[in-house]
Amino acid sequence: MGKRNLEILVGLFVLLGAVAVAFLSLKAANLASFSLDSTYRLTARFDNVGGLKIRAPVKSAGVTVGRITKIVFDDKNFQGVVTLEVDRRYQFPADTSAKILTTGLLGDQYVGLDPGADDKSLQANDSIKITQSAVVLENLIGQMLYSKAAEGGSKKKEPEK
Amino acid sequence: MATDNLVQIDRLTFGYDTSRVILTDVSLEFPRGKVVAIMGLSGSGKTTLLRLIGGTITPQSGTILFDGERVDPTDIDKLFALRRRLGMLFQFGALFTDLNVFENVAFPLREHTDLPESMIRDIVLMKLNAVGLRGAASLRIAEVSGGMARRIALARAIALDPELIMYDEPFAGLDPISLGITANLIRRLNDATGATSIIVSHDVDECFQICDYSYLISSGRIVGHGTAAQLNASEDPEVRQFIRGEPDGPVPFHYPAKPIEQELGLPG
Amino acid sequence: MSKVADLLAALGARVLRLLRSLGHASMFFWELVRFTPAALRRFDLTVVQIYGIGNLSLVIIVTSGAAVGGVLGLQAYYALDRYGAAEQVGLLVALSLLRELGPVLTALLFAGRAGTSLTAEIGLMKAGEQLAAMEMMAVDPRGRVLAPRFVAGIVSMPLLSAIFSAVGVAGAYVIGVKLIGIDAAAFWSQMQDGVDVFKDVGNGIVKTVVFGVAATFVALYTGYESEATPEGVAQATTRTVVFSSVAVLVLDFLLTSLMFSTKP
Repeated sequence: MGKRNLEILVGLFVLLGAVAVAFLSLKAANLASFSLDSTYRLTARFDNVGGLKIRAPVKSAGVTVGRITKIVFDDKNFQGVVTLEVDRRYQFPADTSAKILTTGLLGDQYVGLDPGADDKSLQANDSIKITQSAVVLENLIGQMLYSKAAEGGSKKKEPEK
Repeated sequence: MATDNLVQIDRLTFGYDTSRVILTDVSLEFPRGKVVAIMGLSGSGKTTLLRLIGGTITPQSGTILFDGERVDPTDIDKLFALRRRLGMLFQFGALFTDLNVFENVAFPLREHTDLPESMIRDIVLMKLNAVGLRGAASLRIAEVSGGMARRIALARAIALDPELIMYDEPFAGLDPISLGITANLIRRLNDATGATSIIVSHDVDECFQICDYSYLISSGRIVGHGTAAQLNASEDPEVRQFIRGEPDGPVPFHYPAKPIEQELGLPG
Repeated sequence: MSKVADLLAALGARVLRLLRSLGHASMFFWELVRFTPAALRRFDLTVVQIYGIGNLSLVIIVTSGAAVGGVLGLQAYYALDRYGAAEQVGLLVALSLLRELGPVLTALLFAGRAGTSLTAEIGLMKAGEQLAAMEMMAVDPRGRVLAPRFVAGIVSMPLLSAIFSAVGVAGAYVIGVKLIGIDAAAFWSQMQDGVDVFKDVGNGIVKTVVFGVAATFVALYTGYESEATPEGVAQATTRTVVFSSVAVLVLDFLLTSLMFSTKP
């Protein structure tokens, strides 16, 4: 096995491996759809972040426009502070609202941005003023039971009248 | 000041641990330009001596001098400098199986010199020619016979024209023709290059034919030394048993065992 | 009473022996690391080893990858189709391969093919006094023989694993889209939506590097410490497969719990 031939074959092997990594990153994973460093930072405060996780997507009109990079607890206001990195290409009005939504019925949670009508846009390190917390299933069930109980009570009262 | 002896071993004791002492208080001299044999039974410590001279193991006490300087395995630079001045032929050649014949002989040249490819090629072919195997240069190691392998290993050992050549059992297992070739080569190489040769062997006849001096080691001690004539005339029973190949003597025939009457359950 | 003392003494001796071999192995590992720069300087030697370890493993890696990917795709389809989620086949296969099966199976196949080859080679070299001869010629065998193989193993593993996973995904595509008839666009988009470059592809690569270090080290060590007999070398190759496999699986558990924890 000539030395040159061997080196060519090894080079091919390395190339094949690199192509495989590229294929996996681009076709199988989400590298292509999101560029990394051209983002700007926004923060949003929620009473309840629910099951939101770091690296969850930030979507607007259903399109992924950013990622969640940090979730911390603020023990002064007792709120969850979420840091979003949004693609620089997209500007949002200053009165945009942020909601924590769920994919499908029981899927992962993400942050949805609903644009407002302000002329001014959100700048880097701004904070989103209007937020809606995550819907927590237990609270929902509790509400439902409570309202059912209340309904049942008011029904009972009517025949008395 | 150059000493008469290229290698000098003084009162050397060596053991792998305290329970296994291989060599006890041995002293040997290897004069420049001479071929000296170290003979003895298997396991008597002959190969260990070669390893000690080459610095792969450290003696418990005693000194080894190479060209007047101590062999010190802890000084890596000095040790490597020393090793470039010696060549060793291992028992079965120890050729590198992943290289071909040419590459094996070229190995020391490539590793230790900056010579251009053309010069390396010339030197390798000359060395192979000296051992009669120039035509085998492109063979793979798997394709060469045992005798050929040893000759190639010899060519590799002399690639850098060493001052000291050590042979570990060079005659073991060779057919009569190869035996003759090998013995001839060892002597001629030594005289032609002015090198000093140390042969570890238990082949008394071949050694006596080509060696200037011999040492006989038994159980880690030197039991006899001298020229072929001196050793042949020796009265020492251990020397006589070895030189003449007698089956029984100081080295017993029987492996230690109970008396046979006891084993077979015979009365008496 | 003396029997108990004997037992304790035997146990103590056993523990000491274990500690000793652990220390011996660690020192060997350290030597490999120490001579890695030498292997990088003599890169031509390393390249030869990459050929022997990497290129020659391609056949088994590609066939296994395609087979595993195809079978995974099939089984995933059967399971997901029940819930009308057949389009998630791509996602399931990709995550399984990238996070676990790619690195682990590649490492196990590597130990079996390349690892045993390394062990036998080093064992035979040692038995044939090749390493001692090299030392006598003032060339350190650790830098010239062992370190290049070590580096080659670490370099080859991630490449082989990536190829395994890529071929696996392709295999699942062939089975799922071409044979079963899942919508190709849905296959890829569901996958891309759920597979994260850093978390899944990146962690997978980190795993393979760790596995490569472990498997190559085990192969070289067992070969180096093998008895200089044919049986000794044969035993050493068996030990390589067993130890490498156990090491890979244990490391996989540790790494997975570190990387894929549910904490944010």
